[in-house]
Amino acid sequence: MSEEHGKPGQGIGARVPRKEDSRHLHSLGQYVSDTVIAGQREVAFLRSPIAHGRIRGIRKPPGSEGRVFVREDLVEAKDIVATSSLPSYKLSGQPPLAHGKVRFVGEPVVMCVGRTRAEAEDLAEQVQLDIEELPALVDSEKAIAEKNVRVHEDWEDNLFLTLTADNRFDELSKKATVVVSRQVELSRQAMVPMEGKAVVAYWDERTDQLVMYYSTQTPHVVRTGIAQFLGIDEGQVRIISPDVGGGFGYKVIVHPEELAVAWLALKYRKAFRWIEDRREHLISGANARQHRYDMTAYADDKGRLLALDARIVIDGGAYSNWPFTIGLEPGQATGNLPGPYDFQGYRCVTQCVATNKPGFMPYRGVARTGVCFAMEQMMDAIARAVDRDPYEVRMDNLVRPEQMPYDNVVKKHYDSGNYPESLRRAREKLDADKWIARQKQGEPDGRKIGIGYASYCEQSAHGTSVFATWGLPLVPGYDQSAVKLTPDGGLEVRVGIHSHGQGMETTLAQVANEILGIEVQKIKVTHGDTGTTPYSTGTYASRSIVMAGGATINACRELIPRVVKIGAHLLGCKESEAKFEKGRGVVGPDGKLMDLKEICTVWYLRPDRAPLDVDRRGLEVSVSYKPQRDTGAFSYASHAVAVAVDTETGQVEILDYVIVEDCGTLVNPMVVEGQTIGGVAQGIGTAMYEEIQYDENGQPNASTFADYLLPGPTEVPHLRIFHMETPSPYTEFGIKGMGEGGAIAPPAVIFNAVNDALRMYGVEVSKTPLTPHRLLEAIERAKQITQPKREAA
Amino acid sequence: MKAAAFEYVRPADLAGAVKALAGMPGEAKPLGGGQSLGPMLNLRLARPKLLVDVSRLESMRAIEDRGSLWRIGGAVTHSAIEDASLPGGEPLSSVARGIAYRTIRNRGTIGGSLAHADPAADWPLALPALGAEVVIAGPGGERRVTAATFMHGAFATALAEDELVVAVEVPKLSAGARWGYWKFCRKTGEFPEASAAVLLDAQRKVARLWVGALNGAPQPMEALAADLAQRGGLAASEDAVSRALERVAPDLDPAQRRLHITAVRRAVQQATE
Repeated sequence: MSEEHGKPGQGIGARVPRKEDSRHLHSLGQYVSDTVIAGQREVAFLRSPIAHGRIRGIRKPPGSEGRVFVREDLVEAKDIVATSSLPSYKLSGQPPLAHGKVRFVGEPVVMCVGRTRAEAEDLAEQVQLDIEELPALVDSEKAIAEKNVRVHEDWEDNLFLTLTADNRFDELSKKATVVVSRQVELSRQAMVPMEGKAVVAYWDERTDQLVMYYSTQTPHVVRTGIAQFLGIDEGQVRIISPDVGGGFGYKVIVHPEELAVAWLALKYRKAFRWIEDRREHLISGANARQHRYDMTAYADDKGRLLALDARIVIDGGAYSNWPFTIGLEPGQATGNLPGPYDFQGYRCVTQCVATNKPGFMPYRGVARTGVCFAMEQMMDAIARAVDRDPYEVRMDNLVRPEQMPYDNVVKKHYDSGNYPESLRRAREKLDADKWIARQKQGEPDGRKIGIGYASYCEQSAHGTSVFATWGLPLVPGYDQSAVKLTPDGGLEVRVGIHSHGQGMETTLAQVANEILGIEVQKIKVTHGDTGTTPYSTGTYASRSIVMAGGATINACRELIPRVVKIGAHLLGCKESEAKFEKGRGVVGPDGKLMDLKEICTVWYLRPDRAPLDVDRRGLEVSVSYKPQRDTGAFSYASHAVAVAVDTETGQVEILDYVIVEDCGTLVNPMVVEGQTIGGVAQGIGTAMYEEIQYDENGQPNASTFADYLLPGPTEVPHLRIFHMETPSPYTEFGIKGMGEGGAIAPPAVIFNAVNDALRMYGVEVSKTPLTPHRLLEAIERAKQITQPKREAA
Repeated sequence: MKAAAFEYVRPADLAGAVKALAGMPGEAKPLGGGQSLGPMLNLRLARPKLLVDVSRLESMRAIEDRGSLWRIGGAVTHSAIEDASLPGGEPLSSVARGIAYRTIRNRGTIGGSLAHADPAADWPLALPALGAEVVIAGPGGERRVTAATFMHGAFATALAEDELVVAVEVPKLSAGARWGYWKFCRKTGEFPEASAAVLLDAQRKVARLWVGALNGAPQPMEALAADLAQRGGLAASEDAVSRALERVAPDLDPAQRRLHITAVRRAVQQATE
C-alpha cells in the first residue's frame, strides 16, 4: 500500500499477519466438502427448466423409492416463510421443493439421492416433469402493470411491498433553480462466492442431534431456522460451519436445498451431502443488485442539492428469504439513497416487485452499491447542469465535519467523520490536475481520459432499532463473547459470529491482546459451531468486529480484577496495591511481578495456593455487548479513478484507482486493506463484467463462467488505499465495521470517469455492467445523432 | 454437474485410436486436452459412450521441421507451441501465447481446438491465414484439407465422426513476411469478441486477411488482402474495411461492426507499420 499504516505490537492498530492464512495458503483449510461421514449419500436436485408454470405431474423413475423425493414426501418440512412487520409486505412461502407451481428457472423441484453425485444426477435425468407453462414475469415494470398473471396467486398484484419516504419535499423542491433528471439501472448478478452452498447433514445418535456441516455466515440463526422449519427442538440441531469460502450475504439465508437435505437426515438418520455446483449457483443464485432508479434532483444554481425525488424499482424475484426478508433491500435503498450528503428535501417511492427469477438476497453492500451508483451519477449530472467541476459540487454538498454527529434527511445518525476531507485527499492522491491536463492534451493512442469520484457512507454494526424498522422476524440484540484463560496463561475466545475471509481469528485476538497483552499466537479464537460458541446472530452488515470485538474487549476487561486478586495474594500484597500489567501479569507495590501464567496455573491446578476469598467465577467469562447507540457506526470513503476509454473497442482501462477510507479506529490496517481490495474487485465485477440477462421467457443467459464474466487478477488494477481514522463515539475504541464498503463505490466511480471521458461525444452510460458492447452502442448512437449536425455546419 | 457415464480408452498408437473411433461411430470422441470437451461432458451437453484419449500418442505430440513447413502434431499443447522456437513459424508461438490462460494452454491442444471449432477460437482463424493444411486420419487412411476449408461453421468441421486431426502443416514464412494478429477479449483469457489475422508475404506472393469471432467460421477478405499487398496499410481505410466486412458478416449490429472493423484495422496496422 502506498502508506504504511500500522502501530507496533499486536494490539489494536497493528499490522499483524493473519493467523488463518497459513492453513489457507497451504491448502489445509477445512470446508464442508472436506467433511466425510461414513456412508454418506450424495444429493442432486432436478430444477425447473421453465420460469413460470403449473406442476401437473412428476413421474419418478421405476424402482427409485427412497431415492427420489418431491414436496409431498417431505411431510415434516414446512415451507420457508419470512414474516415482516413492514406495512404492505406480502407473504411468500417458499417450499423446500417446488409445490403446485414453479416460479423461476432453477427452482428445486425434485431431490435425488445416489452413492455419487453423478448417480444422483443420472436419477434426476430420469424423472419426468409435466409442467404447464404460464406467462413469465421477467420485466419488473411489466410485472407491476400485469393485470392477470401473478407470481403468487393469492396476491392482488405482483408487489412484495412499497416503501415511501417524504421529508419537506414540496417545500424545498420549489426553491430550486436547477432541475436535473436521470435514470440509472443495475443488472442482475449472482454473488459467486468461491465456495457455493454446501451442506452435510446426519443424525448423531449419541447426542440425539441433527448435525449439519453447513456453509453459513450465521450458524446460530440457521439453527433456529432449521429447527423451526422441521418442527424439532433447537437443542436437537447443531450447526457446524467450518471454513467458509466466502459468503457475501448468500449464506445468511436458510435455502430450500439446505432444508430439504436436513429433512433427509432427520427422516433416514443417515448422512447426506449436497454441494452446490457453479451451474446451479449461477442459475438459481442470480439474486442481487437489480435496481432501477428514476431520479430528479432539485438544486440551486451552484449545484447545492435542495431536494431529491426518486422512484426505485427492485426486481425482487420470486420469494422473500428467511430471515432477512425481501424488505431489507428496499428498506436500505430508501434509507441510504441520500448518502453522505447534506440536504433536507426528500421524496422516495420504492417498489419491490415479484418476478419469475430467483428471490433477491442481501449482497455485500446491500442496496448501497445501487444507491451510490444512482446518487453519484446524479452529483455528476448536477455538476454538468451548473457547469461546475463534479468535485467542487460534491465538496459543497457533503456533510461537514462540524455537523457531526449528523441526522440526515431520513434521520440516519452519522456518528463521526470528515467526509469532505476524504474526497479532498482522494483528489489530491489521484493528482487530478495531471489527468485533466492529459485529457486536454489528448493521448497518442487516441484513447480518451476521464476521471471520476464517488463518496459513500456505510452504516455498519447497526443493531436492534434499525433492524426492527426493516420488519425482520429476527432482530439482532447484544452480541456475546466467552473468554477463558487457560492453565498455561493462554486465552480462548469463543464467539457466535463467523469468519469467512474477514480475518476475525486475527482481529479478535488483537482486541484481546489490546486488553490483556497475551500474544496473538496464544489466543485461540473459536467460531462456527453452535455446540461450542455463545449465541450471536452472526456475521453480516459489517458488524462482527464492532459487536464480537466489543464483547471480547469487555470480557477481557472483566478477567483483570479476578487475575489481580489471585496475583496480589501470591505477591503477598493488597489487591489495591497490585496492578495488572498487559502481557506480563500482576505487579506489586515493590515492583515484583507475578506472571499471568503462574496466576492461571494456581486457579486451575494449584487452588491450594489461591486466596480463600478468590473470585469464584474463575478465569472465564461470557459478556454481552452492544454499542451505546445501536443506530450504526458509519464508515465512509471516497474513491477516485482515472480511466482511458478506447472508443473503437469500448474497452475501459483503469489507469489509477485511489481510495481514501475511514472506518474509525483501525484494528488491523492490512485486514482493512484486504477487505477493501476484495470489495473493490467485486465492485469492478458489478461495474464492468457481471450480469445475468433473461429472455422474455425468463430463461437466464448465463450458466457457466464462459457466459458470466468475473474480474480476474488482470482486471483488478493496483489499488492505492489511504486511511483516515475518526473514531466512532459509540463503540469500543471507536472501531467501525467496513467489510462491505469496497463493493459500494466502484460502479459509481468508474461510470463517472467513463462519462467524463466521453463528454465530448455527449455520451452518458448508466446501466451496469459497462460492457464494451454497451459502450460502443452508446458511442455509435451518439455519432448517428451528431453526424447530421456536423454536415449542417 | 457431473458427466454421464462413459468408457475411456488410451490406445497405444494412432492405428488403435482410429480403430477405437471406428468401432463406435457417432458414439466415440477423441479426447485431447479436454479443455472444451471436459466442461461439455460435465454439463452433459456431450454424451459420448467412449472417449479415445489421444493426448499421449507420441506421433501426435511432435513438432517437426519439414524444410518448407512446420508440422505440428494434433496433440501438441498450446504451451508447447508457445515455448517452441519455430523459425519461419513465429506467428504460431505468438498466437499460442494469447490463448486463454497458461493453465489451459498446458492441456489444450491444437488439434482439439481445430476439431472443436469454436468460431472465436484462435487456431481456426490463424491457421487459414497462415495457409496451413490439416492432416486427418480415419479408417480410410490419411487425407488433407486446407485449414481454409476445414471449418464449416460453428462447431462444424470437415471431420467425419470416425476421423481425427493428426497434425497441421504450416508453410514457413519468408524472411520479409509480415504478420498481424489482433483480437479483442473482454478480459484476459476469454474468447474474443472480434479478431483478425493478416499475412503479407510478398516473396511467396501471399496476401491473406481473415476475420474471426463471427457467428460461423472465420472468413477471408480476399479483395482487401490483395489491395493490401498492392497499396499497403492505406488500403485498409475505415470504409474499405467496413465494405469488406459487410460482405462476409452482414448481420452485425453497429457495436459489433465497430469492433470488427477495429480488429481488422489493428491487425493490418501490425502487419504494415
